[in-house]
Amino acid sequence: MRVRVLPAGASGVLVETADGAAAAALHAELVRRRGEGSLPQVTEIVPAARTVLVTGLADPRAFAAALARWEVPPVEPGRGEAVELPVRFDGPDLAEVAERWGMPPAQVADVVTATPFRVAFCGFAPGFGYLTGLPERLHVPRRATPRTAVPAGSVGLAGPYAGVYPRASPGGWQLVATTDALLWDPAREPAALLVPGADVRFTVAT
Amino acid sequence: MTAANGRTGTVAAVLHVLRAGLLTTVQDRGRPGHAHLGVPRSGALDAPALALANRLVGNPPHAAGLETTVTGCAVRASRPVVAAVTGAACAVRVDGRPVAWGAPVRVPQGSVLEVGAAARGLRSYLAVAGGVAVAPVLGSRSTDLLSGLGPPPVADGSDLPVGAPIGPSAAADPQPYGAAGPRPGGELVLPLTPGPRDDWFTAGALTLLRTAYWTVSPASNRIGLRTLGPALTRVHDAELPSEGMVLGAVQVPPDGRPVVFLADHPTTGGYPVIGVVPEASLPAAAQSPPGTRIRFVPLRASRVS
Repeated sequence: MRVRVLPAGASGVLVETADGAAAAALHAELVRRRGEGSLPQVTEIVPAARTVLVTGLADPRAFAAALARWEVPPVEPGRGEAVELPVRFDGPDLAEVAERWGMPPAQVADVVTATPFRVAFCGFAPGFGYLTGLPERLHVPRRATPRTAVPAGSVGLAGPYAGVYPRASPGGWQLVATTDALLWDPAREPAALLVPGADVRFTVAT
Repeated sequence: MTAANGRTGTVAAVLHVLRAGLLTTVQDRGRPGHAHLGVPRSGALDAPALALANRLVGNPPHAAGLETTVTGCAVRASRPVVAAVTGAACAVRVDGRPVAWGAPVRVPQGSVLEVGAAARGLRSYLAVAGGVAVAPVLGSRSTDLLSGLGPPPVADGSDLPVGAPIGPSAAADPQPYGAAGPRPGGELVLPLTPGPRDDWFTAGALTLLRTAYWTVSPASNRIGLRTLGPALTRVHDAELPSEGMVLGAVQVPPDGRPVVFLADHPTTGGYPVIGVVPEASLPAAAQSPPGTRIRFVPLRASRVS
């Protein structure tokens, strides 16, 4: 696989891939190899926009050399069972997003529920997943002025991503919907409802 | 199983907090392994100091203790407990009488253990035999100030459960120990392995990193050691897509002043990391008061491919 392996401390590597799809594929392959026991001991495997960070390696140099010879199959969206997120399309930015998308507000729900999403990576807060899947023509900018308080369960859009706020926090994403689903529960295994690599479908809450 | 073994167990004693000080938190070895869910690793900033305090009172290395900041704290023990204070050097008192720092101390029932203001360093560690037995979250009792996981910071008047002691204290086995951090007026020297994004910086910035001095900013906290000093300039202003961040990462925000990521650092970030300070040097960073002079020593670049 064509990657750039950058040093990240004495026992870590930051693997930079060509794009988000390649990072997702590499992440899936790392998790698969860890599951089958063929990966050396690691502490963390952290996917992000177009990188995967691997830490806790005894020999990063040997790992980088081995990685260059890997065959990494692309991820095929929709293969696994999708996490279903029932939402109400009642976000305060619904009208603005509809205008940017050039459609009536009622149609935003049709587009979002018809789109297969995938958790590319988590960050910002425990259990906050960055969901990819929206075509580029539907990417919207962040709000010029972030809100000081976004309620838990708010579904937002920003750039290539959709995301759901696991708890109340400040935030600058365009809010289109709300869910009652519990995104983060430390008593659950895993604590995050949306884990990297998971397929996600939004449905209209009844 | 006792609380110190990571399960909910018997509460053998309670520490009643008379004075929480500037910032006192419950800390253990943190919760590494969950960064892919956006969970910071957290844990004691001066991990060797907490490990020593645990050894001194006969606790396993993963037991939780208290991390104080600058002004110490004071607790009353509901039952007799064995305690030890390490990390930042400070006066330790039981019912007002001086007792040893860096050694196991017997605190009788109803007595007040006082961790004094830091005389050198910033953060002292208080371990009690049996460990602080608050409920673990994702396998750790650490307070994570970035994401809010774990118990809230210790407050005046709060009660902290203590588990049942499980091992003999190391009273007869003193440990050779040098406190982390520079001497007062001394310099914090931080070695650094270049990358992953050193190529985002100008040659001038890389020279500055080797030759200039920064000082510890008073805005430093458990998330990062912030610095004051010259700005490191980038080659270009492109936006870096979010990428995973490691402990010790030296991230350079738009103002150009490097920030060294400590235990509560965010798991991903969008500012370039010019280099990474090895974990072994982070306790000294965490014990350096604002105004301490900082020198970075880039180690030879070791390209991994």
